Amino acid sequence: MSETVLQHPNLRLRQAATWLRHPVLWLSIALFLFCMIWLFQGLSGNYEFILKLRMKKLAALLTVGSAVAVSTILFQTVSANRILTPSIMGFDALYVMMQTLLVAALGTTGFAMIGAAPKFIVETGAMTVMALLLFGTLLRKGARDITRMILTGVILGTLFRAGSGLIGRVLDPNAFATVQSVSFANFSRAHTDVLGIGATITVLGCVIAMWLAPRFDVLGLGRDRAIALGLPHGRIVVAALGLVAVLVSVSTALVGPVAFFGLIVAGLAHAIAQRRPGGAHHRILLPVAALVAMCVLVGGQTFFERVMGQQATLSVVVEFLGGLFFLFLLLKGKIR
Amino acid sequence: MIRVADVNHQIDGNPILTNVSCDIPQGEVTALIGPNGAGKSTLLKLMGRIEPLQTGHVAINDLDVGTTPSGQLALEMAYLGQNLSVASRLRVRELIGFGRWPHCKGHPGPVDHAAVHDALVMFDLVPFADRFLDELSGGQAQRAHLAMTFAQTTPWMLLDEPLNNLDMAHSRALMKRLSDLRDAGRSVVIVLHDLNHAAAWADHLIAMKNGRIAASGTAEEVLTPQTLAALYETDVQVLRYAGRPLVLHHI
Repeated sequence: MSETVLQHPNLRLRQAATWLRHPVLWLSIALFLFCMIWLFQGLSGNYEFILKLRMKKLAALLTVGSAVAVSTILFQTVSANRILTPSIMGFDALYVMMQTLLVAALGTTGFAMIGAAPKFIVETGAMTVMALLLFGTLLRKGARDITRMILTGVILGTLFRAGSGLIGRVLDPNAFATVQSVSFANFSRAHTDVLGIGATITVLGCVIAMWLAPRFDVLGLGRDRAIALGLPHGRIVVAALGLVAVLVSVSTALVGPVAFFGLIVAGLAHAIAQRRPGGAHHRILLPVAALVAMCVLVGGQTFFERVMGQQATLSVVVEFLGGLFFLFLLLKGKIR
Repeated sequence: MIRVADVNHQIDGNPILTNVSCDIPQGEVTALIGPNGAGKSTLLKLMGRIEPLQTGHVAINDLDVGTTPSGQLALEMAYLGQNLSVASRLRVRELIGFGRWPHCKGHPGPVDHAAVHDALVMFDLVPFADRFLDELSGGQAQRAHLAMTFAQTTPWMLLDEPLNNLDMAHSRALMKRLSDLRDAGRSVVIVLHDLNHAAAWADHLIAMKNGRIAASGTAEEVLTPQTLAALYETDVQVLRYAGRPLVLHHI
């Protein structure tokens, strides 16, 4: 009897300790701290104006972070490997091309008339249809052949970029300027005109992804096993690819194409989540990845803007490190 | 009963199965045997709705495989294929837990945890329960996948060469376990390469060659020197041991 009394607080403490070790919890705390530093560091002068500006940027970074993270994890689950990301497969290049095509078809004035949000919805819709057609067929046939997938991705990416370039050449200079501003990654000057709709879509996408998470777990077992367990395989693949296409559209519209950021995020998320039992489940993996991505973006942007004083840009460093990580994965031969 | 009627199947224009019709009896261990490329695995995949039927019909316990919802079929039959690679990095316990998915849809309760534990014990996997799949040997991984199939606790089990990678003791233990399940009223369809395992444990044999059914019946009826010679195009001696055929295929 006395023993149980003695053990009780100890047990409580240990339970609390396990909770604290839950990656979602400590990553949330870290993200909260980063956000606070971002918002309130060196605040002086016109508080209201600066805070408003910083909040807008923060919202853009958080949206981009979660969109990139969730889309990358979902794409890796569908394609059954850890080295491919939507960007490597040319998803964002496809988005840029759809955007260029629309500018070419409607003209800058027509474009300006329909407003940022409807324009974004049209682009995203076109992008989703294209992505489902292209990658749906690709993944249904031979997702197991990773070499072929990487090659296809490289070729598709080049094709889409060349396509945008070709259309860009025949555009008038004004229209071309509109297109060019979205063709390079830039975290410092996010296109906040689509922030409202982008953030809404991202939140919706993340909620749907979390709702479908147990099905994505089964999808991760591979086609045959998923079907044997009664999963409507084709429909779940389409759902996952649709989510990926929409989320990539959001992040590309906001900050432009980021090639290797998703790869770093997914790699870190797997490493962190794996240390817990059940860490391979999407209910844990997706929030961990989103939190990691948001921490890297907010923390990194704070560092480069406030400490380095814009002497370097986050996108370049992230791409450099991500590229190295991609090479490391390739050379280690652990492409699964 | 699994009823296969007039099934034809082609892959890239090559006929894999031609006019296959057979009835697989309930409450028995049925072995599919035959040379490489005979169409055994394809037939099993069609029965397990892993590949869609091109022509013909398959019905399991009077449920048409082509039209019954996949989730309902997952409560009737479990399927284990030959490909053991899993993209997700899973622990053994987590993999086996997926066998309960048709029952709990990702929200396991006490019944599901108990079934996973039983499967772990049954396949000697308790010491490896928290290891990652890529840290196991081939035989241990095979057992983990078998355990997942068992945890699904379905009336029918379709197993494609489950003895791959298993050592002698575990092979025999698996066949014994399947016959125990048969005694408990469940049915097993199993693709086997080792004819002696088929001779010792299977109640019903279906021999396939070139996408057609070459012979079917009990071990006594199918495992004769004449049938086997025609089936594998090589001479084989068949002795008798403990009232069952013993195929001397290795000498």
